[in-house]
Amino acid sequence: MSPFERHSLEQRVKDLVFQAVAIIGLLFAVSILVLLLVNVFKDGFSRLDWSFITSYPSRKAENAGIIPGLAGTLLLVLLTAIISIPIGIGAAIYLEEYGRKNWLGRLVEINIANLAGVPSIVYGLLGLGLFVRWMQLDRSLLAGALTMGLLVMPVIIISTREAIKAVPSGIREASWAVGATKWQTIWHHLLPIAFPSILTGIILAISRAIGETAPLITIGALTYVTFLPDSVQSPFTVLPIQIFNWVSRPQEAFHENAAAGIIVLLLFTLFLNSMAIILRNRFSK
Amino acid sequence: MFKVETKNLNLHYGTTHALKGVTMGIKENNVVAMIGPSGCGKSTYLRLFNRMNDLIDNVKIEGEVLFNGKDIYNGNIRVEEIRKKIGMVFQKPNPFPKSIFENVAYGLRVNGVNNKKFIEESVERSLKNAALWDEVKDDLKKSALSISGGQQQRLCIARALAVEPSVILMDEPSSALDPISNAKIEELIYELKKKYTIIIVTHNMQQAARVSDRTAFFYLGELIEYNDTKEIFTNPKNERTQNYITGRFG
Repeated sequence: MSPFERHSLEQRVKDLVFQAVAIIGLLFAVSILVLLLVNVFKDGFSRLDWSFITSYPSRKAENAGIIPGLAGTLLLVLLTAIISIPIGIGAAIYLEEYGRKNWLGRLVEINIANLAGVPSIVYGLLGLGLFVRWMQLDRSLLAGALTMGLLVMPVIIISTREAIKAVPSGIREASWAVGATKWQTIWHHLLPIAFPSILTGIILAISRAIGETAPLITIGALTYVTFLPDSVQSPFTVLPIQIFNWVSRPQEAFHENAAAGIIVLLLFTLFLNSMAIILRNRFSK
Repeated sequence: MFKVETKNLNLHYGTTHALKGVTMGIKENNVVAMIGPSGCGKSTYLRLFNRMNDLIDNVKIEGEVLFNGKDIYNGNIRVEEIRKKIGMVFQKPNPFPKSIFENVAYGLRVNGVNNKKFIEESVERSLKNAALWDEVKDDLKKSALSISGGQQQRLCIARALAVEPSVILMDEPSSALDPISNAKIEELIYELKKKYTIIIVTHNMQQAARVSDRTAFFYLGELIEYNDTKEIFTNPKNERTQNYITGRFG
């Protein structure tokens, strides 16, 4: 066997080993997910009906429902989006198009990347100190949304920056060269072209906000709510907290409720994600 | 008087001294070709005139850049005004992902022109001047990305013409194009010089010899030789110019 042949045999073996490892990794991830889904559906599917969705929580597991949590989640996500999207996109535009790339810019950049990795409970503590206590917003939807807004903003900033950076520099130059201002260039070209990728970042951010529980518990979102929020100052709960509450009870029937709640939460996330993907595909044609 | 000129111009990118004391003037309705090996500063020099270098961090410019005798780096001048009067065509065709019509109309719209009839007339005139009208007149609503690379480049020329500049900067405008499109661009330059002052950066010696009245040779940030194109190509004064145009280096 010549050295070349031996080398190519080695490479083929390496290739096969790597493929095998990758497939095992994939199977592991998928089987855990399937296991989770099967488990949840087995426990919760029988509990799932219209009255479960439209009822308030109750001491009797069979009468309990998720409407306050569902409404809370919807409103919280909506408010979080309203707060974090404009600020996040604005910050990204500034950093990418206006800010100078000096040491201060790099410091801000590193800090934003760091913020994206800060544990959510820390945001909860910040929200508790800043919004609930200092600004005296109390345990309101608004305090929750502001906290969540801070939590997801780094994700929006980072992905928007990447999206703007990916617009070919020829487009910017072409626009400037005919006398467009920086702002006109951003508004007419960069944002429309980057929009599908920005949307992807927003989807990720919002999906995270739907699932987060810890910061909301920290700022004191209620666990037992028998009313719907009627304003941004109203106390609230969200689906994950409701689920958490049910799981921590001893009775088996509440665990079934929790499983059913998880199904609704999953469907809700799935619905939001698919909506966003449809929108993105429509715009990026 | 020169249409555009620089006086003892020095430009630094961070620690790189990219242009070294360049003094050079360009007369109205002349075509000036800028030649030299990659990295010699010719594109950087071209971009002084529409202040495209402003957009890069850490650029320091000393000396004067005059347009119609006025310093365009003077603080009182709106840079967008300069870019309207000194248009630019880039190396790679860079149409906006919009319709052919909107590409040409864009410069007018950002400069506050709203009159529909004026815009339509201007788009037609610009496309005709860029020798593209006959090929696209029935497809003005089609995406600019659907036409060929050569057509896209002429569209970019039309886009530059629409805002009625008096100087056009061209940064290797046909280096990304096939020979036929290249020939069309050169014919176009020949037509355009009747109305415009043109500065063109090119790596193609034949192109420089064919289209330009005067040629400037840059080397390592210095203007080595600047003379009538015929003189440069038949009787270069400087040895480095001679070596470059005969292909011995660069």
